[in-house]
Amino acid sequence: MGAKRPDRREFLRGGAALAGGLTVGAAEPALGQAPPEPERYVRGDPDLIAYGERSRFVTSVRIPHPPGGRESPDAFGLVFHVAAPLQDSVGTITPSSLHFVGTTRGSLMPEIDPAEHRLMIHGMVERPLVFTMEDLKRLPSVTRLHFIECAGNRARSTHKDVQESHGMTSCAEWTGVLLSTLLEEAGVKDGAAWVVAEGTENVKGASSFPLAKAMDDCIVAYGMNGEAVRPQNGFPLRLLIPGFEGIFNTKYLRRIKVTDEYYLNYNDYGHLSRDDTRAALGYQVGPKSVITRPSGGQRLPGRGFYEISGLAWSGGGAVSRVDVSTDAGRSWQEAEIQGTAHRMAHTRFRLPWSWDGQEAVLMSRCTDEVGQVQPTQAQVAEHFGRPDNPSAGVPGLDNTIQPWRVAGDGSVHNARA
Amino acid sequence: MRVLRPLALTMLLGATALAQGPTYGVGRAPTPEELRARDISIGPAGDELPPGSGTAEQGERIYRIRCAGCHGRELEGGRAPRRAPRLVKTEPGSDVDPWAAGRILPYRSPYATTVWDYINRGMPLYQEGSLTADQVYALTAFLLYRNEVIAEDLVLDAESLPKIEMPNRDGWAPLPDWQRLSPRLPGYPF
Ligand code: HEC
Repeated sequence: MGAKRPDRREFLRGGAALAGGLTVGAAEPALGQAPPEPERYVRGDPDLIAYGERSRFVTSVRIPHPPGGRESPDAFGLVFHVAAPLQDSVGTITPSSLHFVGTTRGSLMPEIDPAEHRLMIHGMVERPLVFTMEDLKRLPSVTRLHFIECAGNRARSTHKDVQESHGMTSCAEWTGVLLSTLLEEAGVKDGAAWVVAEGTENVKGASSFPLAKAMDDCIVAYGMNGEAVRPQNGFPLRLLIPGFEGIFNTKYLRRIKVTDEYYLNYNDYGHLSRDDTRAALGYQVGPKSVITRPSGGQRLPGRGFYEISGLAWSGGGAVSRVDVSTDAGRSWQEAEIQGTAHRMAHTRFRLPWSWDGQEAVLMSRCTDEVGQVQPTQAQVAEHFGRPDNPSAGVPGLDNTIQPWRVAGDGSVHNARA
Repeated sequence: MRVLRPLALTMLLGATALAQGPTYGVGRAPTPEELRARDISIGPAGDELPPGSGTAEQGERIYRIRCAGCHGRELEGGRAPRRAPRLVKTEPGSDVDPWAAGRILPYRSPYATTVWDYINRGMPLYQEGSLTADQVYALTAFLLYRNEVIAEDLVLDAESLPKIEMPNRDGWAPLPDWQRLSPRLPGYPF
């Protein structure tokens, strides 16, 4: 359990179990009893008319990551990594207020007046350009669902719930201008091969990515979930590099430089490797999924019907299939995918299940449109020639299958090696 | 890899949309001063390096005042809460394997320009951007000298810095040639 979940215990004692994340299933009203009256009726509040808020009965919050790591904010107001409460997620969009936050190394949030903000595009282009926010909003725009996932999103056997094990990913609807539109406007010169993106945090973090990716599907986003990008997610402008590790998705974007070679600036140094395999796998996120309900820390109140539900995603494209096992991977059933699976977006999957009250191990497995299949820890260990050590690190972002064990008493536990 | 524009737009804007010219005419050209001031990305060729110079001896003096509090007097790194990494390899000798020497940026980095760029944009932590170009040259010289990459008396400037042959110049894995709908690593099914 995270350190900062206010009022939950008190709240559960009050019997309003449905809205919380820890107990699955509703408290049944006694037969024939009339539905309860609301606790009270609330007068209209000017602030809530202007900008709404969730119910005071809904209490899921973000927590510092890794669990037990540095508090955010710390005594100096620095923000470190903060994970999203996926155990309470429904559908595919993470509310902006709960979207995970990654910071390069702990940072203060820049407060940027959008009227003053400028994006400069330069380097190996015919016409270097400076855009105001208003300029960008004149240009043809796109709106797309995309997940972002931090490379530190590594599940461990010690993690108690899905927020601790998988909370460093979120999915939002992003609106902005395709980076290719801006690069074409500037005119990319022959011989260009790389793009460096730079943000406005104190560290001026910079990441390099291939021009082919820049021309394909990257978004210079000013919108998030129907409103302006939130400050913690890069207001007023952030770059989306769909499917690449989180750190590439530069927040507070202020500069794009087109170059002929790999510049190895700041964030790139962390990706430096001597091994081809590790270098390649530290780039695009693999196929991945996790069951969010029932998941670690929750409890099934008794045998009977439950919908198994979770999220699947891949950096390689759209999710094409999700399989679910309730017997620790001995047999698999294809889950239903909610609506259209979008490319590089969280995709909700569901499978009806009847729990017989016996111990069960639940797993999900994602297959993407490229044909990549989410591996077990054992399969990765086998592939890298260390079958006796399945919990050793997975190269690149860990996308291995997450097992949840449902005990006979209905409690759900992390069953990772 | 150019994106095809909708036909109507092409007709609207006339032939210019098909040529290399801009399609929308939105945005303005930066001034040369803006470009110089904002372009802090230093590539391996060092083209963007500003005027200025510094030596290891000058760098050591700056290091004591601005860096040692976190990275340690002997560059040995600091403990929590600062947790600043070690900046000098543990083994003596100029032929130490950069991959065996730990994550020592001024030794493992393939380019000396990366060291300059890192200090210039990111250090000292929480006082970023407070060093002059001369100071960054001097600190780079000091860190490279202490890692036995350069001689003590080498004056670093925009000319000499990119010429430094780092021990890991060719010892790192190239990045994959990214393509749409390609697996992350050929032959890797996951
Ligand atoms: C307030 C503490 C602090 C001060 C002062 C400080 N640093 Fe750092 N430095 C750090 C921390 C923390 C990191 C690790 C940052 C990270 O990994 O993102 C770091 C990283 C570095 C690195 C990269 C090391 C690596 O292997 O990744 C270099 C080089 C460096 N500092 C040089 C300097 C220089 C030169 C100065 C003085 C001008 C300085 N630092 C002052 C805390 C500090």
